[in-house]
Order: sequence, then structure tokens, then C-alpha cells
Amino acid sequence: MSVATKTDKIQRLAELAATKETSTGASLWREAFRRLKRSKMAIIGAIIIGLFIVLAIVGPYIAPYSPTAQTWRDEVFANRGEFVGMRGENWFGLDHLGRDMFSRFLVGARQTLLVGVVATLIGLTIGFLIGGLAGAFATLGGETGRRIDSVIMRFIDIMLAMPSLLLAVSIAAVMGQSLTTVMIAVGVVQIPIFARLLRGSMLAQGSADYVLAAQSLGVRKRRIVLSQIVPNSLSPVIVQATLSLATAIIEAAALSYLGLGNPDPAIPEWGVMLTQAQRFFDNAPMMAVYPAVGIIITALGFTLLGEAMREALDPKLRG
Amino acid sequence: MSLLELDGVKVHFPIKRGVLFDRTVGHVYAVDGVSLKVEAGQTYGLVGESGCGKTTLGRSVLRLVDITEGSVVLDGTDLAKLPGEELRRFRRRLQMVFQDPLGSLNPRQNIESILSEGMVAHGIGKNQEERREKIKSILDKVGLPSNALSRYPHEFSGGQRQRIGIARALVLEPDVIICDEPVSALDVSVQAQVINLLDELQEELGLTYVVIAHDLAVVRHISDTIGVMYLGSLVEEAPSDALYAEPKHPYTKALMSAVPVPDPEVEDKRERILLTGDLPSPANPPSGCRFHTRCPWAQAQRCSTERPELRDVGGGHRVACHFAEEIAAGTVKRTAGEVVSATREGVEDAPVSEELAAAKVPEQAGPPEQESTKAEAVGTAAKVEKADKAVEAAEQAEKLVKAEKPDEPAEQDVEPAEQDVEPADKAT
Amino acid sequence: MSLLTVDELTITFGGRGRKESRAVDGVSFEVDQGQVVGLVGESGCGKSVTSLALMGLLPHKGVTIGGRADFDGANLFTMSPSARRDLRGSEMAMIFQDPLSSLNPVVPLGVQVTEILERHRAMKGEAARKEAAHLLDRVGIPDPTRRLKEYPHQLSGGMRQRALIAMAVACAPRMLIADEPTTALDVTIQAQILELLKELVDQEGTALLMITHDLGVVAGLCDQVNVLYAGKVVESAGRRELFGHPTHPYAHGLLGSIPRLDAPRGEPLNPIRGSINDRIAWADGCAFAPRCDRYEMGCLTGTPQLSEPRAAGHQVRCVNPVLDDAKAEEVPA
Repeated sequence: MSVATKTDKIQRLAELAATKETSTGASLWREAFRRLKRSKMAIIGAIIIGLFIVLAIVGPYIAPYSPTAQTWRDEVFANRGEFVGMRGENWFGLDHLGRDMFSRFLVGARQTLLVGVVATLIGLTIGFLIGGLAGAFATLGGETGRRIDSVIMRFIDIMLAMPSLLLAVSIAAVMGQSLTTVMIAVGVVQIPIFARLLRGSMLAQGSADYVLAAQSLGVRKRRIVLSQIVPNSLSPVIVQATLSLATAIIEAAALSYLGLGNPDPAIPEWGVMLTQAQRFFDNAPMMAVYPAVGIIITALGFTLLGEAMREALDPKLRG
Repeated sequence: MSLLELDGVKVHFPIKRGVLFDRTVGHVYAVDGVSLKVEAGQTYGLVGESGCGKTTLGRSVLRLVDITEGSVVLDGTDLAKLPGEELRRFRRRLQMVFQDPLGSLNPRQNIESILSEGMVAHGIGKNQEERREKIKSILDKVGLPSNALSRYPHEFSGGQRQRIGIARALVLEPDVIICDEPVSALDVSVQAQVINLLDELQEELGLTYVVIAHDLAVVRHISDTIGVMYLGSLVEEAPSDALYAEPKHPYTKALMSAVPVPDPEVEDKRERILLTGDLPSPANPPSGCRFHTRCPWAQAQRCSTERPELRDVGGGHRVACHFAEEIAAGTVKRTAGEVVSATREGVEDAPVSEELAAAKVPEQAGPPEQESTKAEAVGTAAKVEKADKAVEAAEQAEKLVKAEKPDEPAEQDVEPAEQDVEPADKAT
Repeated sequence: MSLLTVDELTITFGGRGRKESRAVDGVSFEVDQGQVVGLVGESGCGKSVTSLALMGLLPHKGVTIGGRADFDGANLFTMSPSARRDLRGSEMAMIFQDPLSSLNPVVPLGVQVTEILERHRAMKGEAARKEAAHLLDRVGIPDPTRRLKEYPHQLSGGMRQRALIAMAVACAPRMLIADEPTTALDVTIQAQILELLKELVDQEGTALLMITHDLGVVAGLCDQVNVLYAGKVVESAGRRELFGHPTHPYAHGLLGSIPRLDAPRGEPLNPIRGSINDRIAWADGCAFAPRCDRYEMGCLTGTPQLSEPRAAGHQVRCVNPVLDDAKAEEVPA
């Protein structure tokens, strides 16, 4: 075969093979993010959450009226408690004390977001520490480690065994009525969920071959846990955190509804607003609808994003 | 002195059960007394079927599982007795290549990070630059481009991943590399690449391998010495060629006859020894010779009561069978199992229904001298789960330990061994 | 006419917005009564997808099947779903690679076997139970009556595969498709199962389509072998012809690259370079070209066609086949 044809054929082969693009150095996180960007669910969820966050930030500044001032008090009282619906100056109407519902809704978004985020952060941080510790002991701690792990997990089981609302009510009862109480109560309820999730995920990763490989390389145990096991165990925790934001908002609303929330009813929060609307549900249902729809849509946003993340992070769906 | 010496290694996993406090209710005898020597620069092949304990044995050499009894001596140091930190540092000298090339690489680390992990742990290389240079030269040795450094495991093909796994072991310049099923997860056309790579590296770097595999052909190709394992212990050990030319243990004979050869001419002439029954549970191994419940040559009394030691029969050939010489000389009659020609045409001459017939009528009494064996076998034979990719006894033990279920496999599925002990006259 | 005639079978995944990938690309073969036909290839060559398509087990969404597969004269792909269902299990049956996941874990074995007998053979009660026991006995499961009461997890891997075969042959199917039936098993158990399959073919005249990656299994079992690469048959021949004169560079290379138990030691293997990912589209040329030592310019201009039969039924899809074969000497006249 002549040299010319040889180069020709190599070139031709390279040409044909070149159509297949080879990925270079895309980590799993980056790939997951790429999949997330393609997911319609994630986009809708992100838009909802984005709007909600914007609302929480700018709400108090764009509110047309003061959320606490009972500006139209006399009008409402004159109507003998009749609900004043939508109208030009009050888009969402007035509440039972003659306050502008629209302003209260806008300002309430911030409190609601705060409760959700702080509560989830409390649950996530403490749950992560406990679960991570238990997981580390269980996977690499040997016999003693497994014993420590069982002790920690029995404690978590006890927490998990208590009905979450009851737990929250007891915490609120001890700590008194305040927004902080609600946040802590909701957060504490999340602790065992995060702890169990991380530990379970770590246990599954702990028996993976690459952990065995790291051990046989002589990598120190602490490093195996921190740089091998934990990063690979994060996915379900991240998904759970997103989903937890949704439940945290709903649970905070439930606690507020039970009257355990912020003692100052003047400060608007969607859960509190829902509670207040309850008394007037028969003749003023719209008063409940606005905060309820707000909570539902926000929770939906977080749930959508969480589900999309679950899919994006699932290694089985890689490709 | 040999580079690596195992002496009476036992790995027993406790089976635990209990509501509040775990009670040990039994043991899985995953590895039950293995002694072997690996010479420097040589390849020792460990072969056996799933559940025979070969993977557990491999891991015990690195002390990735706790050694219940016995010693693993590398170059004069007994690993079984090394305390934590010293053991960690000593592990540099013993490295492992895993079966599942993807599963054994951390999916979130890039190749550079994976390969430098061990160097960092042992303080090899002053800085990242120096380590990178070393890694590049190793990547070149295993046939990977240096632009692989910044890529992640999922971006490689199976064969390339296994090369990464080999490179990871090599960067630490170990004395011994344990290869646990190094090619069984790879495509047929890629297996040869990895086998050749292992060969080349051994020649170039003077490496010592312990290769664990279920594929006898692969093991024979790369090993100087082969040890055959059955139910936690070595049943035969011999130089590769001697083992192939003249297998002495009945299990080795059966195993070899069962391996299909990709050549119809050979397949048509070859006779297969079909073993009956299943592997007994390592949690409840048979008394005496572990293989007597399935052995085609099992003799009354001695095989079921006295456990044969691995003994030298000349030429570095060790075998754990009371009757190895007699079987070779043909003075001992086969008592069970059957030999079939491997061709389809041949089946008619040696119908399998014979086996079926025997199984159908369990009350059909064998010759009187078989009775004791039979009773023994019924009590002890049990079976073990087999999943794909050679699930080992270790995993099973873990499952047992973790499951905390009140049923023990040894109890729930006692396998009648009648079919194992067929009338002696039926053989051949 | 053959019992099963597969003609230009094409299976495409994806479509409707997602990237299309062609798993099977114009595969044709025939299976006769009492014949064992092998589909051999590595992962991703399309062998398992072919078997699933024949059994009608591929999902309807996102899969396009082209070509035809005539079973006893009727095209499987245009048949009504109910006719297909009747055929499946009674006339055609399949054995899968993983016997544990193919059996329902929460139902005793007996129920699973009698279910088939009730559905396809209209047997009831005691008769069905007796027949079920007979079937288990037939495939070499000792103490079948007791086994019928057990659950799949109580059986060993070999027993499970036997049970699966018993269920497959419950209605005396004329065609059996075995997808890697012994891959999950140990060699000594594999030998038992292969023996059982041979016996079925020889005694019952069942047609067997054997799907495997193991050339050793093929060498002892298959009458006709089809070697698949990237969705196309690259070589098709009788087993003696194929192993004696492997003509496609892929088949030839594959046989040279696997260590043989009976080969002398010490010689390095001749591996095929690269991996299955290194391929070009069949439309542009030979998919194997990037891994082939013998590729020519002609390999890179359009799809190579399957040659006219060389020796008896020996076809090869190659522009530059391996004809002067060293292995030919080994074949006795």
C-alpha cells in the first residue's frame, strides 16, 4: 500500500470518527446542573421560587400601604364585619381590622420565606452533623463505631417516633410563643429526617468499592469520610432540603394557625394571616384564599425544583 | 523466603442476631485455614466459584477484612498483628485492583485526584507538580493519554477505567498487587488488552501478582502457580502447567472439564464431569472433606469424617484429597456424578435422564456402604445464593449479619443430597 | 420454511426530540426446528434487544421496530397484541440472564408454574400441580413436590435457572429464546444448564435462539452462529466453519484474543484495540474499522454488504476479510 493512501485512509477514519464528541472533564455536579437546566419542572420551580424571593426582598418596599395600619377600620366596622373585596385602592380587599390585604400579603412573604429557610437550615445543619457522625462511625469505626452509631440512631428513632406537630407544640410550649419558636420547632422536626437520610446514604456508599480502594491505598479514615463518602452521599440530602423548604413553610403555617406563632398578630405572615382568616371564613373566604394560594404556590415551586433535582442527580439517569 | 506467606489464615464472619443486644449465633466460615506462598516476581492465581472465599482471602491479605486466625507475612512483617497507623502505612506495599472498574473509582473525583490520593496519604512527592509528573508517567505506562488527568471516571470506557485502577495501584510502587477478578467485568475484546497490560507491567517492573478469578482460562494464562479454592480452603495447588496437565483433586477435574473452549473440535471430543447438587453454605460446611457431598469419587467413611490436609504429591503439586493417587491410578471407583460428552450428538449416548431418575427416586437405596455418607450429606448439605459476578461469601456474611432476620439460610434450604450419592455401579 | 425468519430487523430508540440511536440495524437470520442458532456479541451489539423485540417485550414508547419476523408464517410485529400474548409462553418462551429477578419473589414457585399451565394449557387444581412437579423433575430439580412450595430465594442460582427453564418449557414451546442463560452462574452449574438445554433441543425438537457473549458456550452448542457488531451481523456461519475459518476481522480477532484453557502458556494474547465506543456509523462505512488492522479506504465508503455465502451458509460483512487463515491447518479434513 502506498504511503499516500495510508495517510488518506487514516485521515478519512479520523474524519468519520470525529463526529462523536468526547466530553472532557465534566464532573458529576456539572452534569447534573446541565440536566437540571434542561428540565421543564426545574425551570418552573425556579421561576416560582425566584418570584417568591424577589417578593420577600422588595415586598415591604413596594407595599402600597402599611401592613399594620388599620386605615379602613371604620369602614369595615361600619359594614358590620362584611368583607370588603377587591377594589381599585385595595387590590386584595381589606381584612377584618381594615388593613390592606395586598400590603400584608407582600410583606408577609418575607416572614414566610424566613421561617422556611431558617427552619430548614436548623434541621439540615444539626441533622447533617448527627447523621454524618453516625454514618462515619458506622462505616469506618469498626465494632466500637457501630455501637456508637446504634446509640445515636436509637436517639434519632425516639425523635422520629414523636408526632412532628406534637413535638413542635411541646417545644413551643417550653419556649413560649414567638417566631423563633416556630422556626426552631419546625427545624427540630426535620433533624431526624436529615440525619437518617445522610447516614443511610453514607452506609450505602461506605460499602462501595471505591471506599475499599481508598482504604487499601492507605488513605486516612477521616479523609475517606470527608472526601469520598460524604460528597457521594449528598445528593439525597440536597433534594430533601429543597423539599423540606416546602414542608417547613406549610408546617410553620400550621403552627401559626394553632396560635403558636408570632405573638404580635400585627406582623403579617402567611400562616398567621390564614389563622386570622379562619374566623371569617363564612362571609369572607377570600381573606383565607390569598395567603393559602401563596403558600401552596411557593410550596409547589420548591417541590417542583426538588423533584427535578432528584432526577438530575440520579446517577442512573446519567447520559 | 517467599515474598508473601499466608499461614493458616481463617476469616470467620459472625452471624449476629438479637433485638437489643446482638448475639453471635454462628459463623460463616468464609476462609477456613489457607496457607500459601507467593514468590517475588511471580503470579499466583486463585481460582474457584462464587462463595469459595477467594475474594475474602484476597481482602484479608490487605486486612480489609479482619483475620480471625493465622498470619499474613509480607517480607518478614506479619500484617495480621500490625496496629492501625502502621498498617495504614504498610498498605502502600500491597495494592489491589478491583473487579468493577467503575464502582472502584470515586465518581466525583477526577483522575488526577484519584491517582494522587494514595501518594498524598503516604507522603510520596513533595508537591502537586511532582506528583503530577509521576502520575503522567504511570498513565503512559498503562496506555492512557495524559489529558485524562482532568477527566472523570464516567467519561472512560470499561477497559480504560480498569487501566486507571491499575495505575492507581502502581503509583505507590507496591511489592504485591492483588487483582480481584481484574477482567471479568470487561467486554471479551477488551479483556485481552488488560491481561496483556498486566503481563507487560510485570515484566517491566518486576511486579508480584495475586490474581483472583473464576475464569480458569484467564488464571491459567497469567499465573505461574494456581491455587484452587472450594468452600473456604485450598483443595489443590500446583504450577500452572502441571495443574492443567494433570489435575489431581476431583473438584479441579470437574471444574476444568466444565470450562467451555471456543473450539468446536475440542468441544466435541471433550468429556464433562457434571457435578450434582449445589455449593453447601459456608455457614454450615460439611464435615470431613468439604467437597464430599458433591464429589464423584467420594468414598464411604473417611471422606465424610476426616478433613484432608493439603499434602505434597511431588513436583510442587499439593492436593487436599485422601484418594488423589488412587483416583489418578484408577483404583478408586466413581460413586456419583456423570460424565457426558459435550456434543449434542453425544447426549443420546449418555442420557442425562439417568441423573433425573436417581433424583426422582430418593428412597432408592445405594449400596450399603453408601448409607453413612448419605445420612451425613443430608444433614450438612445446604446451598448458598449465587448471584452474578461472583458474589462472595464475605458479602453473604455481611448480608447475614446486617439482615438480623430470624432465618438462617443453612436452616431454611437444606438440600437433599440423595442425588449426590448414586449407586456406585452406575458410574461410567 | 424455517420456524422463525427474521428479516432486516431494525430497532431504533429515541426519536421525538431525543437523540435517536439504532440498536439493531438490519439483522436477518433463521431458526429451524431442532436447531440452535447463536447471536454472539459484546455488550451493546444489539443481541439482547433483538430477543426482547422478538418476544414483544420492548416498551411501545420511544422504540421503533422495522423489518419483519415471521414465526410459523405469521409476522410477529403486525400481529394483534392478544394473539402475541397467546403465542408468548405457549409457542415461544424466553429464559433470562438473571433467574432471581425473573421470578416473582413473593409467590411460591408452584403457583408461578401452575399459573402458566392454567393460562396456556387450561389445566386446573391437582392436575396442574402434578404437571408442575413433573416439569421441575424434567429439568432436574430433585424433590419437586417440596420445591413447589418454596419461594425463589430459597433456591440456589442453578436451581432457579432450572425452574425458569421449567416454566419456559411448560407449554412445550416450539421456540426457546435464551438470553445469556448461564452468565450469572458458575462454570460447573453452567455445564449442567447447557446439558439441559441440549437435551431439550435434541429430544423435543425445540428451536433455540441462544444469545451470549461467551464463544466457548457457542462452540459447543450452536449449529449456526451469527456474530453481531454494533447492531449488524458481521459474520454468519456454522459453528465448525466459524471457529475453523473466522473470516471477519472482528470474529477472527475475538478468537485470537481470548485465553484458552487448552492453549500453551506464555504467548501474549492478540487483543483487539480500542473499545466498542470507538466506532463509526454504519452508513459511513464499517463500524469496526477504527479497531481493525485490515481496514482499507473501501471500508470507509458506505456500508459493507453481507457477502454471498462462501462455504455452506458462511457469510461475512467485510471488504477485506481474513481469508488465508492460520487456524485452517488445525481443522482436520
